[in-house]
Amino acid sequence: MSSVDVFVNQPAEWLRASGPSSDIVVSSRIRLARNLSGFPFVLKLQQEQQEEIVEVVEDAIKKSDSVKDANYFRYNSLTDLDRQFLLERHLISREHAGEKGEKAVAITPSEVVSIMVLEEDHLRLQTFQSGFNLMEAWRIVTQIDNEIEKNVNYSFSSNLGYLTACPTNVGTGLRASCMLHLPSLVLTKQVHKVLQALAKLNLAARGLYGEGTQATGNFFQFSNQITLGQPEEEIIDNLERVIRQVIDHEKEAREYLREKRKSKFEDQIWRALGTLKSARVLSSSEATQLLSLVQLGVQMGMIQTTLTRQDLNSLFLLIQPAHLQKISGKTLNSTERDVRRADLIRERLLKATL
Amino acid sequence: MTCNLCGTQEATIHLTEIVNNQMVEIHLCETCAQEKGTDFKTHFNFGDLLAGLTDIGKPAKTGERKPSLMRCPECGMTFEEFGKTGRLGCETCYGAFAKALVPLIKRVQRSTHHVGKKPSKISREVRASQDLRHLQERLRKSVQLEAFEDAAHLRDEIKQMEDKIKKGKKSKSE
Repeated sequence: MSSVDVFVNQPAEWLRASGPSSDIVVSSRIRLARNLSGFPFVLKLQQEQQEEIVEVVEDAIKKSDSVKDANYFRYNSLTDLDRQFLLERHLISREHAGEKGEKAVAITPSEVVSIMVLEEDHLRLQTFQSGFNLMEAWRIVTQIDNEIEKNVNYSFSSNLGYLTACPTNVGTGLRASCMLHLPSLVLTKQVHKVLQALAKLNLAARGLYGEGTQATGNFFQFSNQITLGQPEEEIIDNLERVIRQVIDHEKEAREYLREKRKSKFEDQIWRALGTLKSARVLSSSEATQLLSLVQLGVQMGMIQTTLTRQDLNSLFLLIQPAHLQKISGKTLNSTERDVRRADLIRERLLKATL
Repeated sequence: MTCNLCGTQEATIHLTEIVNNQMVEIHLCETCAQEKGTDFKTHFNFGDLLAGLTDIGKPAKTGERKPSLMRCPECGMTFEEFGKTGRLGCETCYGAFAKALVPLIKRVQRSTHHVGKKPSKISREVRASQDLRHLQERLRKSVQLEAFEDAAHLRDEIKQMEDKIKKGKKSKSE
C-alpha cells in the first residue's frame, strides 16, 4: 500500500458539499506563495539546496502548532500514480506533479491544508474549505504562515512585499479561488458573458484543474489576478462580491430553465441519469458532464434520491483516472478505465433509490 | 499550422492534454475550439506574454544597454532568460532587472507597492515605511470618496508617522 492511500476512502475537504452556497460554490481555496531568503528561487537551485529546503521546511512544519500532524511526502518516495492521485484531489498542482527533482508536499489528515515544497516557489501554502468560505480559508492559512515563519526567513521587500519567482504573484503572494458549478449558465449560453466580464475586473476563470485546463462538467475556477497593491482581505472581498453576483445569475438561470423551458430541461436531466445508469463505457469528460446535470436535477428537487449531494460530489473524484486505479488496485489503460468508470457509476446509482 | 479538426483554417489555439500519461498537443482554429467546448479562447506562451509587456523588444536608444542583456549579479540570470520562462532566478533579480520589471509589474498588477501582510521578523524601518504607505493609500481613497473628515485624520496620522521616521533616522546617524 502506498503512503498516499490513507486518503482514498475519505471525501476530499473540497467535495464535502457543506458550507455556505455549496449548491453552486463547490469549494474555496486560498494559496500563499513564499520563498526562503538566502536561497535562489526554484529555477536556479542546486540539488543540495533543494534537499536543504525540503529539510528546513519539514522541520518548520513539525515545530508548528496547527500543521505538525501533516503527512510529509517526499516526491522520490511517490509513484507517478500517487502524484496523479494527489493532483486529482487538488492537493498538488499539475506543475508540481510533473517536474522532476527534489520536492515534497505536506498534507493534513483532514486535507484542509496542503503545503507544496519547491513548486514554482519554495513554498505554496494552500487551504481548502467546502462551499463559499474564503475568509475562513484565509484565517487558517495566515495562521499557518505565521507559525512557519517563526522557523524560516521569508524573502520580503518593503516595496514589493513577498518576493515570488513570477512577478504575477509578487506582493501578497495570494491567490484566492472558488470552484463554481454553473450548469444553468452553460445551458442558457450565458456563461461566456460572465467570463468576459470577469476578465475586465482582473479576475480569471479556469477549468477544473487550474491553469491552462478546459472547463469540463460546467465547473469553473474563479480567482484574483492581482496580488500587489491591495491588502489580502480586500483582494478576497473583491472576489467574493463578484462571485455573489455570479451565484445570483446561476440561480436566476435555474429558475428560468424550470419555468420557461421545463420539458426540454427535464428531458436533458433525465436523459443524463438514464445514460449514467445504462452506459457500459464512459470517458471521464462525458461522465463529468452527465453527473453535473444529475447533480443539478437533485439540487432542484427534480430527482428524488437517497443519494446525498456529497455522494454525488465524491463520484466526480472517484471516476478520475488515478482514483479509479487506486480503487481497483491495479493499473488500467484508458479503455479499461472507461469500462470501470461506467461500472462504478452504475453500481453507485443502482444502490440508491432514484 | 492548420486546425487539427477542420484542417482548413489557421490554428490559433494550442492545447496540451495528458492522454494515457502522454502529452498530446492539439491545435485548433477559433471556430472548432468553440464547438469543442473550450471557453478559453486564448492560450499564449506565458513567458512571451510577460516579456511582451516590457520594452524588451524595442530597439535600445544609442548608448543604452539593451535590457535583454541585463544580468543578475547574484544568480547569473539574464533578462532574456526571464523572457523565456517568465520566472526570476532569485530575489536579487528584482533589483537587477528593476528598469524593465517595474513597468511590467505596474502593467500586470496596476501597482508597484505592497500594502498587505508582512513577516513579523522584518526590521522596524521596513515596517514603518509600509505602515506609512498604507496610510497614504487610505488617504488617497478617502479623498476619492470625498470622506474629508477621515482624510483629515489620516493626514495628521501620516504627519506624525513621518516625523517619527525622521527622528528615528536622526538618532541612528548620531
